[in-house]
Amino acid sequence: MQIIKDKKITEDHWQFVADDQDIPQAGDITVSMSRWLNDKDALVRRGGRTGIRIRSTDQLEGIAGDLAGMPLVELDIAMFGDGRSFSQAWLLRNRYHYRGEIRAVGNYLIDQIFYLHRTGVDAFQLDESRKPEAALAALNDFSVAYQPSVN
Amino acid sequence: MYQYTQDDQTLIDERVAQFRGQTERFLKGELDADQFRALRLMNGLYIQTHAPMLRVAGPYGLLSSRQLRKLAEIARNYDKGYCHFTTRQNIQYNWPKLEEVPDILAELAEVQMHAIQTSGNCMRNTTTDPLSGVCKDEIEDPRPYCEIIRQWTTLHPEFAFLPRKFKIAVSGALHDRAATQFHDIGLHLVKNDAGEVGFKVFVGGGLGRTPVIGQVIRPFLEKKHLLSYLEAIVRIYNLFGRRDNKYKARIKILVKEEGLDKVAELVEQEWQSNKDSLELSNERIESIKAQFAPPDHETSADLDGSFHKRLQENPAFATWVQQNTVDHRVPGYRAAFISLKAPDAPPGDITDTQLDLVADLADRFSFGEVRSTHRQNLVLTDVKQTDLFTLWQELGAAKLATPNIGTATDIICCPGLDFCSLANAGSIGITREINQALDDLDYLHDLGDIKINISGCMNGCAHQSVGHIGILGVDKKGEEWYQITLGGSSENEAAIGDRLGPAVAKDQITRAIQDILDVYIKQRQEDESFLNTVKRVGITPFKEQVYANH
Ligand code: HEM
Ligand code: SF4
Repeated sequence: MQIIKDKKITEDHWQFVADDQDIPQAGDITVSMSRWLNDKDALVRRGGRTGIRIRSTDQLEGIAGDLAGMPLVELDIAMFGDGRSFSQAWLLRNRYHYRGEIRAVGNYLIDQIFYLHRTGVDAFQLDESRKPEAALAALNDFSVAYQPSVN
Repeated sequence: MYQYTQDDQTLIDERVAQFRGQTERFLKGELDADQFRALRLMNGLYIQTHAPMLRVAGPYGLLSSRQLRKLAEIARNYDKGYCHFTTRQNIQYNWPKLEEVPDILAELAEVQMHAIQTSGNCMRNTTTDPLSGVCKDEIEDPRPYCEIIRQWTTLHPEFAFLPRKFKIAVSGALHDRAATQFHDIGLHLVKNDAGEVGFKVFVGGGLGRTPVIGQVIRPFLEKKHLLSYLEAIVRIYNLFGRRDNKYKARIKILVKEEGLDKVAELVEQEWQSNKDSLELSNERIESIKAQFAPPDHETSADLDGSFHKRLQENPAFATWVQQNTVDHRVPGYRAAFISLKAPDAPPGDITDTQLDLVADLADRFSFGEVRSTHRQNLVLTDVKQTDLFTLWQELGAAKLATPNIGTATDIICCPGLDFCSLANAGSIGITREINQALDDLDYLHDLGDIKINISGCMNGCAHQSVGHIGILGVDKKGEEWYQITLGGSSENEAAIGDRLGPAVAKDQITRAIQDILDVYIKQRQEDESFLNTVKRVGITPFKEQVYANH
């Protein structure tokens, strides 16, 4: 599957494993925050890498200690009007000094990609409404900004 | 006033291009109605009963003559020859065509204007005292801070999708003319014991369905921390404000439900961890301040004697000066209000020819600038007393000199049933009736400072809950009825009006207002204002009179 990562269209193989599905022994996966907190030990012992998918209602404090070395945090935007994910991205970068990939997934508009990128999101899941070229172009909607953020 | 840099211009030009693309995608069906709604609202575009409505930002109410001429041109070419000034110092067009909105925005961008964040769940236009920089009770001119906040809020990437709209107002004077305590954040420039000027910060004020007076979250904030503190409040709001119910989503509800102490503690923690990264440097403050330096006032403007002669010779002129102009920091100058409350015109409306005239008058008499006010009038802030007579004559010829500023006919009124799909009752018609009933100028002036606010439904666009007399349209079995409140105020001693009693029928409302005014005349002691009389005697005497007759 294609995603945008670091401003490039990239092939991607990460899989999200829902809470009611079995954890595969190999392969790179993301799981919900609650599953991560419950099964952390088992998850790190498996073959592939494991990242976390965060909903906008999740509190980041719970995973603060796990972020060093975490390969991927997905911000799951359930509804494009829910702006909490933007603050979560900012907090991950500035407050928790997380350096791994932050990927925006779920229901958001290409018109939000510029803002998401500025707050620290560096990867974007694509879909029918977010085609690769349009999503790439949206990263450059504006060439100037008034206020500091992450980018 | 603030002049755009190349970056400012680039930003609004790019915004126009972005919105043009979004409109095209919507018209092609690539964006659904909900998606486009969120995007168009961020550009001030509503879809109303009859047509789209476009709200253009008037940054802290300050406009140049060139900008006024552009507003006139747009009213002529894209609308029905008029526009409307709002209570938040913005400008609204009621009849633009959706397909033409990108062109309108492009025209606005030519004169450093835009409609960014005039609507939607984001940080809105920052408002202030229309007499900033010229009033005598000023601690410091708030406009440079408004501009700093304008820049910081514009396209803020983290706070574009807040739980609900977020409004900031700043006051720099002793007298609050910007309704700061009814904003999500209100800022007062204050001096501390050490003589330093900083901000007193209020949070959680708001009007609408649940009017709430803002509370002090920080009694003194150093200027250099202005943006970091605002950022901390807005981040806490973004993370913890309710999103499950749009009527409970404003920060006022967060403060109410969690308590001020809890919110203050969260903000404090957030602020402590980020305050150094967003510090405002002195140089930056000074460089913005330089853009608001006072114009070149003449030093001997007060020596002119013709003004006093005119005052004596012409009572109508004297009345206008008395009612529609106020003292200026510089002797020999006055600030002259332009009343957008002529008896037969919808409050706040202005035609294209009137706009062009105001632009010319601003150029001739007030250094090319004009301000819009919270009560939906305009003001030329720097007029020499010698020029007032000509100004008055020319304004009068254009029906812009009704001597009613601050009086019972200087009404704030929403569009109501005439234009608004949410309305329960008409408001413009009631305003007209009250005007007809109060057409005796001597009586009107004798009544003095009375603020009547009329909204057609509980959304409260015309701030009825903080009117000295508030009138709220309600629906009773399909008929238009009106609920009256007394004693509200959006100034320093902020208060929400008390309900007088059951709603009054449409054919009784003007009579009821006259009854209330009669009771005031009977009850007042010497020069006591309406508001003070209501405070002293309570609402009972008013209630008895109004319901005795009906
Ligand atoms: C037909 C046009 C209009 C419609 C449908 C409309 C609708 C609304 C609604 C639904 C609200 C409530 C929002 C909330 O509580 O958060 C609101 C609030 C408001 N409206 Fe309007 N409005 C209209 C025209 C106007 C006009 C012309 C003005 C300017 C005089 C205005 C000024 C305001 C203000 C200042 C508020 C905010 C009150 C607050 O602080 O909560 N509106 N409007
Ligand atoms: S107060 Fe109600 S009727 Fe008046 S403009 Fe607002 S929403 Fe419409």
